[in-house]
Amino acid sequence: MDLILNRYRNLTALVAAILVQLVLLAYQVKSNTEVRLIRVWAVTAVTPLARLLEGGRSGSVNFLKDYFVLLDVREQNKRLQTDLNRVQLENQVLRSELDTAERGKALSVFQEQSGMKTVAARIIGNSPGSNGRVVLIDRGTGSGIQPGMAVITPDGIVGKIVSSYPTASNLLLATDPTFAAGVLSQKNRVHGTLKGSGNSNAIVDYVQNEQNVEIGEWFYTAGDDRIFPKGLPAGIVTAVRPGRTVKEIFLSPSGLQHGLEDVLVILEGDHKPIPDLPPPNQSVHLQPLPPAEGEVTDPLNTAHNTSNNRGAQTDLDREVERTRRIGEDQKHVFGERGRGAPDFNKIPDNKIPDPGAAKAAPPPSPTPAPKAPANNPAAPSAAPSVNQPRP
Amino acid sequence: MSDLSAGFSEPPRRTKVPKFGWFAIIGVPLIAILFQVYVPRFFTYLAYLEMPLLVTVYYSLRRRSPPFGVMFGMCIGLAQDSLSNHPLGMFGIAKTLVGYFAASVSQRFEGSSALLRLVLAFFFFFFHQFFYWVLSRALLGEAVSFEPVQTLVLAVLNAAVAVPLFRILDKLDVTD
Repeated sequence: MDLILNRYRNLTALVAAILVQLVLLAYQVKSNTEVRLIRVWAVTAVTPLARLLEGGRSGSVNFLKDYFVLLDVREQNKRLQTDLNRVQLENQVLRSELDTAERGKALSVFQEQSGMKTVAARIIGNSPGSNGRVVLIDRGTGSGIQPGMAVITPDGIVGKIVSSYPTASNLLLATDPTFAAGVLSQKNRVHGTLKGSGNSNAIVDYVQNEQNVEIGEWFYTAGDDRIFPKGLPAGIVTAVRPGRTVKEIFLSPSGLQHGLEDVLVILEGDHKPIPDLPPPNQSVHLQPLPPAEGEVTDPLNTAHNTSNNRGAQTDLDREVERTRRIGEDQKHVFGERGRGAPDFNKIPDNKIPDPGAAKAAPPPSPTPAPKAPANNPAAPSAAPSVNQPRP
Repeated sequence: MSDLSAGFSEPPRRTKVPKFGWFAIIGVPLIAILFQVYVPRFFTYLAYLEMPLLVTVYYSLRRRSPPFGVMFGMCIGLAQDSLSNHPLGMFGIAKTLVGYFAASVSQRFEGSSALLRLVLAFFFFFFHQFFYWVLSRALLGEAVSFEPVQTLVLAVLNAAVAVPLFRILDKLDVTD
């Protein structure tokens, strides 16, 4: 026996190592428990180094940002402040509002306002393996974190804790194929199960083909999975199509859209009703169209011009009108065989279509534009100033 | 080519087995694992760089001892498993086999040849990914997809990184 073992020493070592690991693997799969001690050792060995690296990196970056970049910005601000007018002041207010939306501050503001007991954590590492959708956060059982806890950002859900150790925890992202959470659509109150797809998107499963889900509709957590409290934004629908048995709904997870650095782990959740309106978006102000080339821009008579020029509101309309005038000037009949094309370089005498003529001979249109006041935002053709909320 | 032929012609058993210090044996694998855990956070594409595997291949090739390769691969693999969400043993088994085969190859061929290192790093990366996929499907029943073309491309990239990396690791040799 010894002779055989000596002779096949290498192979024996290999077989023994493989067998030990297979037994270990079988034990974990069969009993559905993990060998915690080894994991704790590994995580405890890696966490301080990772934390040190992260501290060094963020410290250096912050130093560079705060010192070199801000030094320059401060000088620039000093110069700018000397000739600030009212508009620039407003701009400054907006900028300061944007500053307050900085990730850390937004997180703390959200933490205070959410009414939930949460712990802020920082992501310090990724899971080994290229397919990993699990990240390591710098809070563990010492901060009260337990497996199964929900992790969010102010933008929406991020994932859930799958294992926690004294100094760190593993966070399973919502894009992992093994992730699942109950969700509810905002508009049509359709129930589904949010699942990761392995890439940057997620899918909503188990929604019948007969149920109505629209692109752009928001999904919120339903609260029935006992992990995520009800009413947290899960994501926005990017594509919907009927499937063989259930609808195929693709979702862009809102919590992962702006990168991940700081997250909140929910220690004690608070169910909230799903809002009736989507998250607020600012309205978009549209300027009126620029005047046509050579057009008289009398500020006192703008309304008159705009209402009279309704026959040619777009560049295309103006181009059609110009082409028609060139044809008329050269006695050319468009569409007639053997006539060739008119000389487009020869500009007609009345090169600019006057509003009166445009009104007298409007371009062929099956439905004439309605007569609306120049500043009527409801008139899509005039559109001098339209405040349109984003869908 | 002459490099490779030299590696094939010279009986490796006559050459010295290099020795490494404790930092090289423990610190380098730890750094490799830390690299895989930390760096892809900022450079996503570096997630495809299997530094622990390359380190396993290197030490197994240099030490030329299959039992060493087995133990080294197993330890690195289990450490990787500990930081992942999978049961312990998945990376462990794959890297145990890589360590064993790399050490076995080095008993027949000279492991310091750059071309041989390139070929072996390419082969062992593909083998590692394929075997990990087989284990995931067979033992865990996971529906993981395996894309041969993508894996081959990544194997080429890893092999390209392996050659200079191995050259750097050669500096840690403390043999007189």
